[in-house]
Amino acid sequence: MKPIYCWPLLVLWLLCVPKAHAQKYLTRDGVVTFFSTSILEDIEARTEQVAALVDLNSNQVAFTIPIKSFQFKRTLMQEHFNENYMESGRFPKSSFSGRILDLNMEALQKGGSQRVTVEGDITIHGVTKHVQVPGALELQKGSLLVHAYFSVAPADYNIEIPLLVRENIAKIVGIRLALSCEPIAQLSLTK
Amino acid sequence: MFLLTGLLGGARQARAQADLLTQLETQEVKPTGTEVVDATFKSTRLISGHTVQTPGQGTMVFLISHRFGTLNSGAYNFFGLDQATLRLGFEYGLTDRLTAGVGRSSLEKTFDGFLKYKALRQSTGAHPVPLSVTLFASSALNSLKYSDTYEHTLPRRLAYTYQALIARKFSSDLSLQLMPTLVHSNLVATAQEHNDVYALGFGGRQKLTKRTSLNAEYYYLLPAGKPTGVRNALALGVDLETGGHVFQLHVTNSQGMIEKFFVSGTRGNFFNGDLYFGFNVNRNFTIRPKQGFRK
Repeated sequence: MKPIYCWPLLVLWLLCVPKAHAQKYLTRDGVVTFFSTSILEDIEARTEQVAALVDLNSNQVAFTIPIKSFQFKRTLMQEHFNENYMESGRFPKSSFSGRILDLNMEALQKGGSQRVTVEGDITIHGVTKHVQVPGALELQKGSLLVHAYFSVAPADYNIEIPLLVRENIAKIVGIRLALSCEPIAQLSLTK
Repeated sequence: MFLLTGLLGGARQARAQADLLTQLETQEVKPTGTEVVDATFKSTRLISGHTVQTPGQGTMVFLISHRFGTLNSGAYNFFGLDQATLRLGFEYGLTDRLTAGVGRSSLEKTFDGFLKYKALRQSTGAHPVPLSVTLFASSALNSLKYSDTYEHTLPRRLAYTYQALIARKFSSDLSLQLMPTLVHSNLVATAQEHNDVYALGFGGRQKLTKRTSLNAEYYYLLPAGKPTGVRNALALGVDLETGGHVFQLHVTNSQGMIEKFFVSGTRGNFFNGDLYFGFNVNRNFTIRPKQGFRK
């Protein structure tokens, strides 16, 4: 190929690269665990079916969790969780949609973990709340690692806990989120 | 002007956020598998009979079932509370679908053992299944001492029950169940009586609140093998669920708590006040927790 034909191609390539490097990251198998610790009983559940989308250009974050995918140590707990507390037939998903407030892109590119605050709307059991949660971001081998630990009060989301089991379930439930998101090109999103 | 741009910016931001969530939802893998409909009933028992429910793998259920005497037995017997028959039972979930159970009833000092297998699970999704079907087989051994001259050998003491439990959870509140049943007794009292008794059971639950439900159960005996003097079993009950317990309170016209008794041996007339008040208490124990949680 003659050099004269290569130039426009090179220019085109240079134009396209930032687009391809659009910094959107996606996962479909993120992990969320939650813990409720009380005097009588520890409750722990885990799902590996969290879908998340992080856009580092606009600093936006969204994730959804299928409630029925949570696995418990005891089958009865799982049944009660779905049937009585989360009513997962009526509210099959929890979701979050918000933005990263204090993202330092350069520091992130350099590597290492970066603490951030994420603000947005969390929907649990059909109730949406505006929250601010701390998290950590890290770029590792091209994928974006997202970690967050925060707590949620079931009472805030109309999750009723009857008097009889009030001692078994904590007032505040700790939620841990661990996502490993892979970069996606801008174009593949619209397809 | 600033305010306007601020407002517009805010609106745009909100929309962008919503867009990202929409994008994510379109990106999500559409459910290819099916989702099993669970908690058709609160307990493994509807009232006296079984439901399609099986305890999950590694879960043991300790079941105490109790029936007092009949309500019409008079004030002298404290309306039945002076008498009681009892069944103690254990059930264990070998897998999520297969359960084995044993029990001992004070009525006729009967030992029983059963296997229960969830053959079909009601599910929604790509390949929906409209019904749950659980297959049930049990044997019961009468261990009473005898005074008649007839020799009560082991086979003569045995009775078997085969049941298909067919249920559908119509909504989160309403579940109905159909129970075609065969009870085979190796020994019957007279030559006129049949060894095989066929019955068709109907039952269901209607939830009253999240943790309570109203249950009903009726076994219609098919005329072909119906023993003389035996009535169709009818029972009404309430389930109360607390954390790891299910309490079931009921009235029924049958005294026994295993199929042999309540399907082919019910003698009480429900509407004449031959009502046995009783309860079941279910306690669940997790013997083998699900993997990944063991500590």
